[in-house]
Amino acid sequence: MTDSTREFEVYRFYLNLGPQHPSTHGVLRMVLGMYGEHVVDIDPVLGYGHRMHEKMAESRPWPMFLPNTARMDYACALPHNHCYVSLIERVNNIMVPDRAEYLRVITSELNRIASHLLWLGAFLLDLGAFTPILYAFDDREQVLDILEHVTGSRLTHCYFRVGGVSADIDEKSIDLINVFVRRMWQRFDIYDKLITKNIIFIRRTRKVGIILPEMARRYGATGPVLRASGVAHDIRKHEPYSVYPEFDFKIATAKKGDAFGRYLVRIEEMKQSLRIISQAVERLPAGPVRADVPKKIKLPSGGASFSVEGARGDVTYYLVGDGTEVPYRLKVRSPTLSNLSLIAELGKGILLADLIAVLGSLDLVIPEIDR
Amino acid sequence: MESDVFTNAETVRLVMALVLVFGFVFVNATVMTYLERKLAARFQGRLGPMEIGFQGILQVPVDGIKLLAKQLMVPSDASGFLFRLAPLIAFVPVSLPLLIIPFGPKLQVLDLDVGLLFILSMAAFNTVAVFVAGWSSNNKYAMFGALRSVAQNISYEIPILLSLLAVALIVNSFSMQQIVFAQQSCWFILVQPIAFLIYFISGLAETNRAPFDLPEAESELTAGYHTEYSGMGFSMFFIAEYTNMFIVCSIATVLFFGGWRGVPLPFGDYTHALWFLGKVYFLMFVMIWCRWTFPRVRFDQLMNLAWKYLIPFSLLNLLITAAVVSL
Amino acid sequence: MSGYFSELISGAESLLAGLGVTLKTFLTRPVTVPYPRRVIPLSSQARGRVALVRENGAFRCIACGMCARGCPSRCIDVISEKVADRKGKILTSFKYDISKCSLCGLCVESCPAAAIRFIPERGRTGFSRADFMLDLVFLEDHQ
Repeated sequence: MTDSTREFEVYRFYLNLGPQHPSTHGVLRMVLGMYGEHVVDIDPVLGYGHRMHEKMAESRPWPMFLPNTARMDYACALPHNHCYVSLIERVNNIMVPDRAEYLRVITSELNRIASHLLWLGAFLLDLGAFTPILYAFDDREQVLDILEHVTGSRLTHCYFRVGGVSADIDEKSIDLINVFVRRMWQRFDIYDKLITKNIIFIRRTRKVGIILPEMARRYGATGPVLRASGVAHDIRKHEPYSVYPEFDFKIATAKKGDAFGRYLVRIEEMKQSLRIISQAVERLPAGPVRADVPKKIKLPSGGASFSVEGARGDVTYYLVGDGTEVPYRLKVRSPTLSNLSLIAELGKGILLADLIAVLGSLDLVIPEIDR
Repeated sequence: MESDVFTNAETVRLVMALVLVFGFVFVNATVMTYLERKLAARFQGRLGPMEIGFQGILQVPVDGIKLLAKQLMVPSDASGFLFRLAPLIAFVPVSLPLLIIPFGPKLQVLDLDVGLLFILSMAAFNTVAVFVAGWSSNNKYAMFGALRSVAQNISYEIPILLSLLAVALIVNSFSMQQIVFAQQSCWFILVQPIAFLIYFISGLAETNRAPFDLPEAESELTAGYHTEYSGMGFSMFFIAEYTNMFIVCSIATVLFFGGWRGVPLPFGDYTHALWFLGKVYFLMFVMIWCRWTFPRVRFDQLMNLAWKYLIPFSLLNLLITAAVVSL
Repeated sequence: MSGYFSELISGAESLLAGLGVTLKTFLTRPVTVPYPRRVIPLSSQARGRVALVRENGAFRCIACGMCARGCPSRCIDVISEKVADRKGKILTSFKYDISKCSLCGLCVESCPAAAIRFIPERGRTGFSRADFMLDLVFLEDHQ
C-alpha cells in the first residue's frame, strides 16, 4: 500500500445512518464509509419495512387488494389507487363515466399537493429550518379536510373503485376546494420569501447533488428528480390516461439537476396542480359516479400494465392474470426505489451535510421501496 | 502585603454574590426555556405550552423535576471522569461573568479593570466543555459534533474580539462600568453599527444557536455532542447555553446599547436594572427569532463566513476606529 | 470581487425578508385549535367505523354474509339464526373487530340490502384488545 492509501485506511471509519434517524424518511439504513466529513462509500440497506404487499395480491381476490395500494406510498395514495383500478378496467374494457374521471383527477391532484407540502416541510426540517414545516402543514390540513369530505379518509384513501369512484362530491366540498385554491395561490408568496430567496437555503441546495440526464436515465429515475435535470417527461402528457388531455397545464422542469432545481420543480408542480383542479371543478360534468360493473370479474389470462404519474414519479402496476379472480402476479414499480438507487453513485465524495440535503430533495418514502 | 480586596466583609460579599449568581443562572434558564418554547410556537403559528399552569408557566419547573428524576446513564466505554466533568466545565465558567456585568450603577459585584477580557476568556471555556463531552462519550456522532464545535468556536472568537476591541478603543478602558458611563451622550450602536452586527452574528455562532447550530444538529447527527447525556447532565448543557446567550446579549447591551441607561425611574440606582434586563431580553428575543427562521448553515460555509466576511470587515472597522480615535 | 458585495447585500436582504415572514406569523392569531377544549367537527362523510342501518326500528341486514366474505382484513363475523315462521335468517350478533378494519368500504358496497354504512366516529379507546371487538347489534341496542 502506498502512503496515501495507508493514511486513507487509518482515517476512514464507518457511520451507520441507522434505521432510526431523524432525517431518513422512514426506515432506511445507510452504511456510510466516511473520510472526515466526506462520504466515500454509500451502501443502502433496504427491507426494514417489507410487508409483502405483492404476495398479498397473489393470495386474495383482486378487489381485496385495494386498501393495500394506499398503504404502499401513504403520502400520495390516490395515484396508486388510480393505477390499480385503471389496470383492472383496461384489462376488462370497462368504461368510466366522465364525472368519475373528473373526480379522480381532482382528488389525485389534491393528493399531489398534500404530498409535496409534506415533502417541503420535511426537506426544510432536514436542513435545520423549523418553521416552514408548520406553515406547510397548515396548508396540508386544508387539503386533508377536503379529502376527508370527499373520500372519507385523510391519509390512506380507498376511494376509487372499478368503474368510477365510491361516493359523489357535494356542494360543500366544492366550496372548500375553491376557497383552498384561492388561499394557496397566496401562500406561495410566503414560501418564496422565507425559503426560495433565502441565501442560506440557496447555498445549501445550489450545485448540491447534481443529477445529469444520462445518469437519471441509467437508473430509471422519474418524476421531479428527472424533470429537474431538464428532461420534460411526465406520464400525464406522454402516456395520457384518464381525462388529463382535456386540461391545460405545463410540465415543470429545471435546468441544473441540483437539489435547488428539484425544489423549484415541486413548487411549480403544486402551482400546475392548482390550475388543473380549478379547471376540473369548473367543468365538472353531471352524471353517475360509477359505471355498472358485474359483481364478479375474473381476470383474463395474460399480462397487462398501467402507468400513472405519482408525486414521486412513474407508478406502474403490472398484472398477470390466470383466468380466476386471484391474480397470478402483481408487480408494483415503486418510483422511490429507482430514485434512491442513484445515491450510491451520486454520494461518492459528498459532504455529510450535503448527503442529508440530497436525500431530502429526492423525496423518499421508504415503505414504498420496501412494499 | 495588604489585602484590600479580600477582607472578611469582601469575602462574605463575594460568596453571597456567587450564590445569587448561580440562583440567577437557574432562574434565567427557566425563564428562557419558557420564552423559547412560547415564542417558537408563536413564530410557527402554534400555541406552545398551555396545559400546566396558566398559559403553561409551570411547564418548565415540572420539566426540571422530571430531568432531575432521570437516571444519569454513563456509557460503559466512556471515560467516566471526563464524561461527568464535561457538564460542569460547561456550566461554571459561563456563570462567572455574571459577577462582572453591571446590572445597574451600583449593582455590580466586581468592577475589574480588565472586565471585558475576563468575560471573553471565560467564554472560551465553552469550547473545551463541548470537546470533552464529545470525546468522552465514545460515540461517533458525539465526536462529530465536538469537532465541528471546536472549529466553529475558535473561528468566531476572532471577530468577537476585533469588534469589541473597537469599542474598547473608543472608551480607552476594558472596565464594563466605564464603558456604560462613557455612553452618556449617545449609545455606541450609532457610532459602531458594523461592529454590533458582526458581534451579534459571531455571538450566535459562539453560543451554537441556529443558524449555526451544527454541533447539535438534530436532523443530521441525532443530537451531536450531548447524544449520550441524560437527565441533569443534559440540562446542564442547556442551562450553560442559555447563560452563554445571556452573557453575549448583556455584553452587547453594555457595549452598544448603553447598558443600564434609560429614562430615570423611581429608586433610580436599583431600577435601572430593569432597563438593562429589558434590553438584554430584547436581544435574546432577536436571537430566538433568528433561530426559528433560518435553516442551518453548512460547515464549510460557516467557516467561509467567518474568515472571508466577518474577520476582514471587523479588522477594517478596527483600523478605521483606531485612525479616528487617534486624531 | 463585484460579486462579493452584491451577494452580501442581496443575502442580507433575503434574510431580513425571511425574518419579516416569521414576524408576521408571530403577530397573527395561532391556527391551533386546543383539542379537547375545542373540537373541530368531523365531516359527515368521514370514515370512523361501520354501523348497521335501521329501517322502521329493525336492522336492514339480511345476514347474507357478503360483507364478511368481501372483507380483506377478515374483521366481520355475521352470526344469525333461523326463526321458524319467518323467511330467511335473523341477525343476532354482528362481530366487528375495529382494530383490524382498514376502512376500505368494500363491505359497505358489497351489501345487497344497503344495511351497513360508515359513521364519523373517532376516539374509541380501551384497555385491552377485547375492547375493540365490537358487537354492532349490542352497541346499537344500547346506544
